[in-house]
Amino acid sequence: MKSLQELEAIRKRTLEGIQLRKEHDGTRVVVGMATCGIAAGARPVLAAFMDEVSTRSLQGVTVSQTGCIGVCRLEPIVEIYKPGMDKVTYVKVTPDMVGKIVTEHIVNDRVVEEYTIGYYESNRK
Amino acid sequence: MIMKELALHVMDIAQNSISAHASVIEIETVVRRCEDRLTITVRDNGCGMDADMLKSVTDPFTTSRTTRKVGLGIPFFRLGAEACGGDFSIKSSVGEGTCITASYQISHIDRPPMGDMAETMLTLAVSNPDVRFVYRLDVDETVFVFDTGAISEVLGDVPITEPEIVRWMKEYLIQGIDELNGGI
Repeated sequence: MKSLQELEAIRKRTLEGIQLRKEHDGTRVVVGMATCGIAAGARPVLAAFMDEVSTRSLQGVTVSQTGCIGVCRLEPIVEIYKPGMDKVTYVKVTPDMVGKIVTEHIVNDRVVEEYTIGYYESNRK
Repeated sequence: MIMKELALHVMDIAQNSISAHASVIEIETVVRRCEDRLTITVRDNGCGMDADMLKSVTDPFTTSRTTRKVGLGIPFFRLGAEACGGDFSIKSSVGEGTCITASYQISHIDRPPMGDMAETMLTLAVSNPDVRFVYRLDVDETVFVFDTGAISEVLGDVPITEPEIVRWMKEYLIQGIDELNGGI
């Protein structure tokens, strides 16, 4: 069984790294988590972003949640705010799309066009 | 029932607490197999509601959201419990907070599974690091507690959003819940 004592060891290990990177602004991943988002499957998407960020130990990326973004039919919706780039809105996001969004957009600064709201709205029949 | 898991209702109801600027959100699931009863409670110290709002809050055409005129979180939660041989109650007072309780007949054929409470608690805790979440799972009086307040106390200056801490909390939740056989 895991215990709170283990946390003390992790705390000591991570403290140094944290002080080094306090200065610069980070990337924000925001997932819509109102009733509409949750019913559409936003929780596994939020969890997938947290997993991906923590497995890759990405620095300065925060994953957070907000209420209804307003286009409930396109939930789960994820907004990414990256310094130096425009805000990007991804729609109908599923956990298996998360790896690509993190690798391409967050790590390599390349927006995954085919998942964006603009692409979706101009290509639906 | 639109939510496939009770854990998703918990997530949804906890969002209301976050919108109500709660600093402490307590979530409790109590399983009593001999009574065939599962009770879920979400209690917060947020801004609360006045009597008028409280009276109408289980009506889908009442909402505090600004994007639409309907709010379905509480009505769904209530309907789900009442359709499964359970009860629903909501208590609130301005400035003190809100407490919502839903109970279910465990063996009821329409009762959704409890679902992934570990994921619900982890995503709530990590995306709202300024809120203290206390989750208490009580299965026939064997208890597991996850308290981000206790965790933050150990961590001091290290935020609970640190990747290593997130991984630790995830394993802690999964182990603790599995051990009590929370698979209701």
